[in-house]
Amino acid sequence: MIQRMLIILVLILMGFGIIPLVWGLQDAETVSPVSQYYVSQGADDLGAANLVTAVVVSYRGLDTLGEVAVLFTATAGAAMLLGLGADNSKRKQQHQQASEKPGNHMAESEAQPKKQERREGSELLKTGAAFLFPLLLVFGVYIFIHGHLTPGGGFQGGVVIASGLVLLLLSESDRPMRKTLLHSIESLSGAAYAAVGLMGLWLAAGFLDPRFLPAGQFGSLFSAGAIPVIYSLIGLKVGSELTGVIDSLRRRSS
Amino acid sequence: MTGDTGAMPQGTLLQNLTAGMHITQVMAVIGFILILLGLWGILTRKHIIRMIISFSILDSGIHLIMVGLGYTRNGTAPIFDGDLSITDALGRVVDPIPSALVLTAIVIGIAVTALMLSYAVRLYKAYRSLSIDDIKEMKW
Repeated sequence: MIQRMLIILVLILMGFGIIPLVWGLQDAETVSPVSQYYVSQGADDLGAANLVTAVVVSYRGLDTLGEVAVLFTATAGAAMLLGLGADNSKRKQQHQQASEKPGNHMAESEAQPKKQERREGSELLKTGAAFLFPLLLVFGVYIFIHGHLTPGGGFQGGVVIASGLVLLLLSESDRPMRKTLLHSIESLSGAAYAAVGLMGLWLAAGFLDPRFLPAGQFGSLFSAGAIPVIYSLIGLKVGSELTGVIDSLRRRSS
Repeated sequence: MTGDTGAMPQGTLLQNLTAGMHITQVMAVIGFILILLGLWGILTRKHIIRMIISFSILDSGIHLIMVGLGYTRNGTAPIFDGDLSITDALGRVVDPIPSALVLTAIVIGIAVTALMLSYAVRLYKAYRSLSIDDIKEMKW
């Protein structure tokens, strides 16, 4: 009780500390100096109609590579955490040795009889998933291909694709995932992303410079150099990675 | 907004509440409320999944504040099309950098949430419970 009061007190104090921060806040009249350059020169520089994409993929391209690396690390960490448990329990079953923690061992043996069949997805969910999956796939691809023209991009498109796959996984809970395909898409697109970055270093001004491909007609699909290529690769990578996370969570939680 | 004929109490309430406030300010207030709510949830909840949800709420609050700071008065999305030409863009668009940063932050947030959820699955497998009260080894 006293702990809860203390927490509420601290939060109220924080709230009062925040008030002066918010009090004088006003809408900015102009964008910051760096953004002024991006806004006035970005379209001529890169030929991307969507300036946010220009910032994400090109001006701050290295950050995005790092972000993709963080996403990959988290995915690998999740897969390792969940896969590790599978290995451990298998080994325990093989050797029948007493585990180091008695509580842990009891939990394992208790878990065996409790393992029940997962309920089948309903007819509605199955039909809906089968109907929506191709649409979501096409929509995701549309979003990441048009990332340099319209709102959206590789991350958003990848998430849409992953959501379609999650819908499929929900409707058929024991559908086997083709993990080799998933992993090869993920690693190939990641490697291709780095390769495109290196080609920028070789053929254009620097690492991840998208201008080694022709700029094309401003505002058309094939424009802005390598930006659509990079964003498509990011979309494929994010889509397969998130599907991998959901798949590993699904397998271990059964 | 669109005349006083219709019954639209929601719009007027929101208008009354935010009268005279800047959009950046409104976004910052909502964002800080979400941050405090998330912190409260993280500190008081005992259920691990609820703590993870609280973390996500905190995350959304931070994103809202960052996007709000990039707003410029009467600004529009920094995407060139028929309505926004390159020459007159400078005074009319919002700052693209906070949007790009928030895009990055959202993805990192998803990655962190996925990692936390896998820890939750591991903890559940080890202790058969998601309440932090049942995890005695973590007490100090």
